[in-house]
Amino acid sequence: MDYWGEASAALDGLPGGEGFNIAYEAVDRHVAKGDGDRVAFRFIDRLNTVTTLTYGEVARQSNRFANVLTDLGIRPGDRVFILAGRIPELYVAALGTLKARAILCCLFANFGPEPIRLRLSKAEASVLITTDLLYRRRIEALRPTLTALRDVVVIGATTPATWSYQTLMHAASDAYRIQPTDPDEHALLHFTSGTTGSPKGALHAHGAVVAHRATARYALGLQAGDVYWCNADPGWVTGISYGLVAPLVCGATTVVDSGDFDASRWYQVLQDHQVARWYTSPTALRMLMKGGSALARSFDCSALQHVASVGEPLNPELVRWGRSAFRRDIHDTWWQTETGAIMIATPPDETVTPGAIGRAMPGIEADIVARNGAGGVPAPVAPGAEGELAIRVGWPSMFRGYWGESARYSAVFGGGYYLSGDLMRRDAEGRFWFVSRADEMIKSAGHLIGPFEVESALLEHPAVAEVGVIGKPDPMIGESVKAFVSLRPGHLANEALLKEILGFARSRLGPTLAPREIVFADDLPKTRSGKIMRRVLKARELGITEPDPASSDVDETESEA
Amino acid sequence: MAETDLRAVVLGCLQAVAPEANLADLDPARTFNEQIEIDSVDYLNFVFGIEEALGVRIAEADYPKLSSLNGCLAVLSGQPKQPDECPVP
Repeated sequence: MDYWGEASAALDGLPGGEGFNIAYEAVDRHVAKGDGDRVAFRFIDRLNTVTTLTYGEVARQSNRFANVLTDLGIRPGDRVFILAGRIPELYVAALGTLKARAILCCLFANFGPEPIRLRLSKAEASVLITTDLLYRRRIEALRPTLTALRDVVVIGATTPATWSYQTLMHAASDAYRIQPTDPDEHALLHFTSGTTGSPKGALHAHGAVVAHRATARYALGLQAGDVYWCNADPGWVTGISYGLVAPLVCGATTVVDSGDFDASRWYQVLQDHQVARWYTSPTALRMLMKGGSALARSFDCSALQHVASVGEPLNPELVRWGRSAFRRDIHDTWWQTETGAIMIATPPDETVTPGAIGRAMPGIEADIVARNGAGGVPAPVAPGAEGELAIRVGWPSMFRGYWGESARYSAVFGGGYYLSGDLMRRDAEGRFWFVSRADEMIKSAGHLIGPFEVESALLEHPAVAEVGVIGKPDPMIGESVKAFVSLRPGHLANEALLKEILGFARSRLGPTLAPREIVFADDLPKTRSGKIMRRVLKARELGITEPDPASSDVDETESEA
Repeated sequence: MAETDLRAVVLGCLQAVAPEANLADLDPARTFNEQIEIDSVDYLNFVFGIEEALGVRIAEADYPKLSSLNGCLAVLSGQPKQPDECPVP
């Protein structure tokens, strides 16, 4: 049996051989084996109150939610969206959605109304689960434009034109039988950004759970009973694959902190909850590092056995700091929304080479390729040479499509590979080293931000004529979003207008997607077809010689010749 | 620095990070992020802004105390107020 065949056999499948359902493998399977009393989640709220849920409780509550959705008329394949902070109801509703075989999409609560509206309407969401506060702040005004959205379920205070989560849950039965689920059936939808066009909705199937389990065990060392903490929010793919699915499938106890970043608070969580395995990000580590190793060492983090990182390159400086602060090596991992699970990593039992990500996971064939290799198809480059990271198709968590966009899906495959858009090189020992993005995507605080979505929002401002958005190197968050704006005639370039445009962008996009900095520029570099050349803007920002506009910049979606 | 001046500096730094926020109705006892839309990067930039504006260095351990207007005034005037007026986010 091959690697993935064995990995699949390690899971139970639905009783009676009725296929694979992520929620069954994550929760019900443990209950069926008599582990219902094991703690699945420890939720820490902003005031440090801890709420625990056992696997048995999660099973019953998610059953209730599956019944709630069924009573609302949700059918398999319908899209159910959740917009909430990291509260228990989010996790219960997410698992109930998977049980009901609807497609789950969680949105980051810091998104402004525009990214929310775009994603809900693009995927034609039928039901949205949110909180009373977020409903008032983000949804109420959008509601008339969301014509496919039939029902909104609100956690918290009674809100007009919505269902009460508490009332529906109270009335629903806690028994639910998951219907037969094909492993290829769509389960998860994660939006990811593009350099051109609107965000793409990457679809994953229930069968991806095979890779979630295998990779979490191999790359994170997750075992049943481990106390585990993943810093990612469920609004991003890591928060679902490794903040919800993988730890439950492995039978671990997951710590969920709904508070915002605060160095002392984080060390307190590691100490008080005896966290053994921690999956974090370079931005979070840099924010901790700013407070110094002494602060770290004033807490007892001796329960910590493994620290892993994801989201952006883990620079050697952070690895060295990890050694002094935690007396642990920080192990890097690499994957993307599209890959669904970790593809490259330094596993717990391997020595860390600072600066290198690690090797390809078992069952994963990764190559460094040139897009136009021999015969015009992507093909491996010479050993040690720089090229694009490509993964041979066929692993269980490979995404199955972009919602409603088959052309954009086929555009990222070639020569039997998924093409990642990340430039890397591989050393003689098989370790991968990140070089840069091949495109103009912005990596900010571990989140991939598409310049197009930001530019589109800025162009809505009446004073803005043209705009180019780039990632500006930032010592803390990797890159910060910076916008170059030219004004329409009749508008005066002054500080007040700058603040107004910045505030406008933040109101529409939310603080995470909006630019942190805007500057006026009346000489935006353009291609012959009039497209703003972000690469030239970036070169200017970095103070390097401008590439020749005529030869170096071609529109991504259209040839200029 | 007089409390009214300190208050103006703090609100100015907050407004610089979030120009769209209506700070007129800000409840000084409640945390900023309960009342306006800021993320953790904004929060850090806000703290850096205060450091620059006042020429002070704020200890990492004091960052959470800056999460409300009352908390800011307490920390920055160097006279800690009652802990319940400095909620932790």
